[in-house]
Parts: sequence; structure tokens; C-alpha cells
Amino acid sequence: MKILVTVKEVAEVEDEFEISGGDIAEQYLEYDLNEWDDYAVEEAVQISEAEDDVEVVTATIGPERAEETIRMALAKGADRAVRVWDDDIESAGKLDVETKAELLAGVVEEEDPDLVLTGVQAGDESNGATGVTLAEKIGFEWAAVVNQLDLDIEGGVANVHRELEGGVEELTEVESPAVLTIQSGINEPRYASLRGIRQAQSKPLDVKSLDDVGLSADDLESSLAQTDMYEPESEGDATVWSGDAEETAGQLAEFLRDKGVVEG
Amino acid sequence: MSDVLAIAEHRRGELRDVSLEMVTAGRDLADQTGGDLHLAVISGDVDDYATQVNREGVDAIHTVEYGEEFNHDVYTQAIEQLYADLDPQYLLAPNSVNGMDYAPAVAEGLSLPLVTDAVDLEEDGGLTVTREQYGGKVETTIDVEEDHAAVTIRPAEWAQAEGDGDADIEAFDADIDESEIQSTVTGFEEVAGGDVDISEADFLISIGRGIDEEENITLIEALVEATDATLSSSRPIVDNGWLPANRQVGQSGKVVTPDVYIAIGISGAVQHVAGMKGADTIVAINTDPNAPIWDLADYGIEDDLFEVVPALIEEFGGDVPDV
Ligand SMILES: Cc1cc2nc3c(=O)[nH]c(=O)nc-3n(C[C@H](O)[C@H](O)[C@H](O)COP(=O)(O)OP(=O)(O)OC[C@H]3O[C@@H](n4cnc5c(N)ncnc54)[C@H](O)[C@@H]3O)c2cc1C
Repeated sequence: MKILVTVKEVAEVEDEFEISGGDIAEQYLEYDLNEWDDYAVEEAVQISEAEDDVEVVTATIGPERAEETIRMALAKGADRAVRVWDDDIESAGKLDVETKAELLAGVVEEEDPDLVLTGVQAGDESNGATGVTLAEKIGFEWAAVVNQLDLDIEGGVANVHRELEGGVEELTEVESPAVLTIQSGINEPRYASLRGIRQAQSKPLDVKSLDDVGLSADDLESSLAQTDMYEPESEGDATVWSGDAEETAGQLAEFLRDKGVVEG
Repeated sequence: MSDVLAIAEHRRGELRDVSLEMVTAGRDLADQTGGDLHLAVISGDVDDYATQVNREGVDAIHTVEYGEEFNHDVYTQAIEQLYADLDPQYLLAPNSVNGMDYAPAVAEGLSLPLVTDAVDLEEDGGLTVTREQYGGKVETTIDVEEDHAAVTIRPAEWAQAEGDGDADIEAFDADIDESEIQSTVTGFEEVAGGDVDISEADFLISIGRGIDEEENITLIEALVEATDATLSSSRPIVDNGWLPANRQVGQSGKVVTPDVYIAIGISGAVQHVAGMKGADTIVAINTDPNAPIWDLADYGIEDDLFEVVPALIEEFGGDVPDV
């Protein structure tokens, strides 16, 4: 059995930042493995540890910089990695959901997995739609926002809990092959061990071009254009207490006493 | 072709609020396109739901009777057929957990560009969608360079539509192919019971990822003890297993409405805010002046929690633990 896990390197923004050229200026960004994908990788690795003959392959759309993040997923137990990138993708700029799903569908075509795990969303763009779009493209069944997974490999069914709003979970049987978008908290992602990190260096990490995944530059065209990015005007009018910690703590304490929520 | 089709949402016999919010968003958009607002109600007691969403501004309601609860394979087929029949310009769905489960598939199936989690919609010969990125630190505007689009709407962003409507309610005869239904909902489970009910508390001290390490929670526990507050948290703290699920505030946790809510090291992500925006007074302790929590806070301290919290514990005569 083969599990494909989509892994994105996401940008995190520093507290103070500037926007230039329609995006946050590069020097204020730090890159890391997407929080939700970390849980998806862990889920796949746990299945591979519990069952015989399970291969875990990660798929990433991203520049060379992303290899550090991909190696992290390999260090946590994925077997090998595919990274899709070339000059055309580089010059296409930000990709929309449909394009990302198209590229990933190319990888699925090549790899022919039995199960695809993605994160519910990526922490930077928060589209929360790539996994389900991919499912529809490749003709897999799917479930979004899965916070419990019990795979019945022989029965060809994934028994999942979908985490709905307000502390309610939906129990669903999903026929394989399927795409499941994984919610944070489904497991406890491991830290990469030193041994894992060493081993990851020698695991295969293949770079695929558009052509390799059966696409061309035309497929990158998008009908969505990001025209502006700005800091939203603060809707708040908070009273911010100033001074050192003792002073501000003193003011908060006084406020809480005045409010009557704390005595003494 | 200037019409708007919006999909209502219900769960376990109840219409969800976002359905009425979509009436507002959909009416506003249809006014801009100069078209009609159609609603679709799929599965469950459709007549009851149709009556409930029949608010002022709705032109037509289409009901699809099939099964009880949400099933994305039913929704996908029904919506695609309705879309073909009505030929609307824009399709609106909620950016709820179920919306996330069908809207991308419908958009893909209908070859519609998809923009998710919209907080604003402008149509002036073309659709411009406003949405947030980077955890709410920035907003972006997205121009749709096609005549048609699917958009999911952020819950609680638009007001619920009021006033009785006089829309025609019509049954739509969708042709649901059962062999395409490859997911089966077998039940529901309520989670997060246990020792405390944070939704009953008058004074909550809530911690987020800013606490950094599990050991540091003792610091907040000391503050909670010194002030006789109740401890709650954002999601990552529960995901990490540092606190039990019944302490989680937010979309997938509890909705709380205390007199005072102190958010310590919590950024104020939309799913968190969904659970605490009803608090009477919100106090933020956060090092980041750009964190979205400041949009809600009434009071705040822009400083390191590891400086402020010990000082606060001492103010109330508590013992500051070593962390
Ligand atoms: C479907 C779905 C459902 C979700 N449901 C929920 C939910 O129910 N509840 C929920 O909370 N989240 C939920 N989330 C997650 C949500 O999107 C955010 O990821 C989460 O709320 C972030 O938690 P946080 O604010 O603690 O962490 P972060 O966003 O990482 O923020 C940490 C904050 O701490 C501040 N900080 C760091 N160090 C310090 C310091 N020393 N002193 C002071 N401040 C400091 C930082 O400036 C930052 O603002 C959900 C997400 C999805 C996709």
C-alpha cells in the first residue's frame, strides 16, 4: 500500500513587517512545515508502522528552499519525497488552489497511491480547499477535516471522524481510494530523532518539472488575480496599559478588582 | 445569468446561522449584479428549513429531498444539477466544515474559479473578493477574471437576514446517482465533556501557543488560583495534549460569554474568536502589536507574558512558580 502525503512549506510572518510588491517583504518571513501537514505526515507514518508494506511518499510544490522542510518530513519517517518545481512554476508566482491541485494530480498519476493525506489548510494562505479539489480531479472519494482515522485496508474503507463545529464529530465511512484532509490534534506529531535526520539525508527526493507531471505552462494560468494586500485597519480601540510589567500588571489588577471579578 | 445561488446549511434537525448570513451576503451581491437570489435547501426536513430561510430579499427557494443529513456526494450532485438548471452567475456556500467538504468539489466539477473564506464581496462588472491571509494579519483582494465563480463565505461576518420573505418554494427533482455516493455518515458524537464547563464561567483566563512549553502552564495555573478564575485555552494547547478538550474555546470547542476573558499569548485566529467574541470585556496580553486579537480587545498589555504574569500573580498575593 502506498500513502501520498502533501507537504507544504509555509511562510510565517514576524510581529513587525512591511508589505511590498503585493506581498509581505521576504525579510519578515520565516519558513516552516505547515502545522496541519505535520499531523498528516505523522498519521501516515503511524499507519506504515502498524501495517506491513506501507510506503509513505511526500509531495511538495516548492522551490529548492523547501527541501529543508521536506527532509524534516523524511526524518519523521516518510520514505521518499517528490518536489514539483521548475522555471515556469517559479515565474508563475502564487498558484491558486486549482493549479496546485492540478500539479498534485500529476504526482498522483505517477505514483498511484491508495490513500492521499493532506492538511486541512495551509497556515499562510488558509484556502482549506486543495485536498478536496484534488480528490475531485483524480476521482477519489474524500473527507474534509478528519480528526480520527481508522483504516480498514481489507475492507477498502476509511472510518473517520470529521470534526464539525461546536464539539460535534461526524462518523463517516469513506470508500478507498480516498483523499483525507487531516485536522490538527489527530495525533501527536513526533520530533525528528537525530538518527532520523541522518537517515533522511540519504532518502530519495526527486524533483519533477511541469513536463514530468504531464503539464505545461498553460496549465498554470489562473483566473484569480491578487490585486492588493494590506494591513486591515484595526477595528479595535483597546486601552493599552503602558509601563513596565509591574506597572501594567498593577493596572490590570486594579481593573479586575474594580470589575469585581477578583477579590483581594 | 446575473443570479446568485446560495446553499443553506443545517445539521441534526437545525438550520445553522450561517444560512441566514448567506441570505444577507447573497442579497447584497445580487443587488450588485442586478439578479435574483436563489437558495437551495438539500436533505433533511427541507420544507421546514425553506420556511426558515424565507427571509426578505430571497427570490426563490429550491428544495432537494434526499436523506436526512449532509452528505457531500448528494450535495455535489444536487448543486451541480441546480446550477445547470438555474445558470446563476455566482455560487455561494458557507466556509463551514461541511462547506469545506463540498464547495471545492462542486467548483472543480463545474470548472468554476473558487475563492474561500470571503469577508467581503464587491461586484462591479467583475467580482472582487476580500479575504485574510497569514492568520488574519493581512487582507488581500482577489479579482475573479471570469464571469462565474464559487465563493465560500466566512461565518459570522455578515448579519443574519431578518424580515419575512415571500419567495416561491419549489421542489427540485435532482437525479441522485446512488453509485456515486461513496461516503456514509453513520452517526455523531459529542466530545469534550468532563469536570468543568468553561461556558458557565464568569471569569476566564485563557492561554495560547505563546506559553511555549507544557511546563510553563504551571505559571498560568498559579495565576488562575490567585484570582479564582477558570482556565481555558486556544486549540494548539489542546492539540498538544497540555490541557483536556473541554478547555478549548472556539469554533470546534466551546462558545464562552464570561464577564472578563483574558487572552494570554493567543493571536485571535477567526476560529478562536468564534468562541469568545461574546465575552463582555476582553483583555489581551500579547507581544505582537499586529495580532488580530487587538481588534477585539477592550484592554491590553503589549508585553511578554513571562514578565506580566508573574507580576500579576504577586499583585494578588500568589506564589510565582519557577518556570
Ligand atoms: C477547522 C478549524 C477549526 C479550528 N478550531 C479552533 C478552535 O476551536 N479554537 C482555536 O483556538 N483554534 C481553532 N483553530 C485553529 C486556529 O486557526 C489557530 O491556529 C489557533 O487558534 C491559534 O492558536 P494561538 O492563538 O494560541 O496560537 P498562535 O496563532 O500561534 O498565536 C500565539 C500568540 O502568542 C503571542 N506570543 C508569543 N509569545 C508570547 C509571549 N512571550 N508573551 C505574550 N505573547 C506571546 C504571539 O504574538 C501570537 O499572537 C481551528 C482551525 C481550523 C482550520
